[in-house]
Amino acid sequence: MSNNDFILKAEGLYKSYRMGATDVKVLKGVNLAVKKGEFIAIIGASGSGKSTLLHILGALDRPNKGVVKFEKRDLSRFSAGELNRFRNKMVGFVFQFYHLLDELSVLENVFLPSMAGRSIAGWFACRKWAKNRAGELLAELGLAERAKHKPYQLSGGERQRVAIGRALMNEPRLLLADEPTGNLDSATGNGILEVLERLNRAGQTIVMVTHDERIAKRAGRVVTLVDGKIKS
Amino acid sequence: MYKIILAIRYLLKRRITYFAVLAVALCVFIVVVVMTVMTGLLSDFKQKNHLFVGDCVVGTESLVGFAYYENFVQMLDRTDFIEAVSPVIKSYALKSLRGSEQNDGVEIMGIDPARHSRATGFGETLYYHRDDVFKTFEPAYDPNLPGIVLGIDMQLQRDALSRYTYEGNPDRTGYSISCFPLTSRGALAQAGTDMVNTRTFYYSDTSQSGLAKVDGSLAYLPFEQTQLLCGMAGPVKRISAIHIKFKPEIKLLDGCEKVFALWQNFKKQKADEKQAYLLDTVRVQNWKDYRRSFIAPLEKEQTVMTVMFAFVAIVIVFIVFVVFYMIISHKSKDIGILKSIGISSFDVIELFSGFAFLVGLLGSCIGLFGGLLFLEYMNRIEDWLFEHFSWQLFDRTIYVIGDIPDQTNAKVLGVIVISAIVACLAGALVPSWQATRRKPVETLQVNQL
Repeated sequence: MSNNDFILKAEGLYKSYRMGATDVKVLKGVNLAVKKGEFIAIIGASGSGKSTLLHILGALDRPNKGVVKFEKRDLSRFSAGELNRFRNKMVGFVFQFYHLLDELSVLENVFLPSMAGRSIAGWFACRKWAKNRAGELLAELGLAERAKHKPYQLSGGERQRVAIGRALMNEPRLLLADEPTGNLDSATGNGILEVLERLNRAGQTIVMVTHDERIAKRAGRVVTLVDGKIKS
Repeated sequence: MYKIILAIRYLLKRRITYFAVLAVALCVFIVVVVMTVMTGLLSDFKQKNHLFVGDCVVGTESLVGFAYYENFVQMLDRTDFIEAVSPVIKSYALKSLRGSEQNDGVEIMGIDPARHSRATGFGETLYYHRDDVFKTFEPAYDPNLPGIVLGIDMQLQRDALSRYTYEGNPDRTGYSISCFPLTSRGALAQAGTDMVNTRTFYYSDTSQSGLAKVDGSLAYLPFEQTQLLCGMAGPVKRISAIHIKFKPEIKLLDGCEKVFALWQNFKKQKADEKQAYLLDTVRVQNWKDYRRSFIAPLEKEQTVMTVMFAFVAIVIVFIVFVVFYMIISHKSKDIGILKSIGISSFDVIELFSGFAFLVGLLGSCIGLFGGLLFLEYMNRIEDWLFEHFSWQLFDRTIYVIGDIPDQTNAKVLGVIVISAIVACLAGALVPSWQATRRKPVETLQVNQL
């Protein structure tokens, strides 16, 4: 395997939080490399630091020490504008609690990242394309009939599929999923995992965080985080 | 584009936003109504004072008056910037109904009605002689008798709606006017039983200037006879003031400066005259300065009212701030979501500023429309309240106004609307800036370890 095949590389990540007078060390030197097209599950007990690691990989948080390289570029050297573009174009997030905007319809939630990445003029130039793409994604996710609904009118599983649609809207190179089935029953969660597997088969790189070993086994590779370190 | 869509959706979908819009609308409504009524009152009062005085006054407060005025009036008449000039005599007198022992003190003003009507708005204040000011001092029942024009409140009673009831023709009523004639040195001009000059004048008209003090205590008399009464008709005749009206194209201050320069020149010319010392007490003032003591209290009242309502507005701005704080605090999750898809902190602030702008604009428009609508029907509402509850905003027995005046000023309205929008923007800026400073992971509440 050539070094060039890695889309994401984390080296020596340390992260701690202050909780009152105590300094809680969450990550204690994490090294992780993700290859293009890989489906990795990060598994660990509650409090093991897996969500924190995911946020650092997606530039939603910064490590105290260590380097995250995305396609060989060090994220810590990104300007604020570059970080925003990175979050908008390069990665897609799927959260445990969906995090959809209630004021927007399902279709609008899906094409929101496309709209957010463009000026008004740029949006008017591509809105037809964006709406079509969002419609196609919803159709692929089995939500074509729900496009005009509001998120609060959907079930948990449907909301999570909308969140996946939103994460995929800008065709990101990396999909980060934080406990995507954590808030769903097993049947619905299974449906979501099937969607992720299908995406991965189509070439999508996915990093998923879960505490459930059965879910983790659906990924191509499982990484276990114990006490802030990757267990080899 | 998402900023516009989300700002509109936040406005329409959140019920708490309606309270912010309502608070802004109330604020704008209150300020518009108060400012417009106060501006109307002040403007109305100033206009009445302007009409009463003319543009400029060359005069003295001394009861002795000043001499050589004829030469100065001729000098003024020859200029190209003055439209009309009216010399007047002002003094105090005792007025009694002919044959009655009772008397009361009045201010008297001796005028040539035709000249005074050209220099001031005097002619417009008359009731019977409005269209024929030359005959102002000719009572309808006997034009040969010397007439007197009384301030309307000295002659007629005002009802609760500020209306006067006139007779078809003025009643034949004689008034004895008594004055103490003074020498040019200020001493009593006559001694013994002739110490007081008394003449009888007959009611010929009323003057309604709309100024309470003027209408309640000033009597106009024919110029020459007033000059005799006050002892100013000696070999060197004297007057109290010259009222001047400038041509329409002349600016007030420019005109007054020119008159002042003429007066200074005139004073030099008369420096060697016997009564030149009387000219030292004469001042040249524009109408605003001349009536400053009357206008200033109302201006102060307007300022005080503006300050008081500014405090009310500050309270409402604080309410708007609290409402925005609540709205944006509830939207902190949205801020986290938006940041997670690559939206910058600046864009988030722009989004909430746009939302605040819409709230401010909508609230201002509602408040402005409501305020203008209220002003349109304000007098009818007041009439209705008076008819049904005997309640008046301004007691007409005290305030010399008919309808409650209002003067909408586009500039003032613009400032009010812009201020309301700026207040909303300020109210939204602090909480949105605070929210954007938090990390997305904190606002998304996914910071499980």
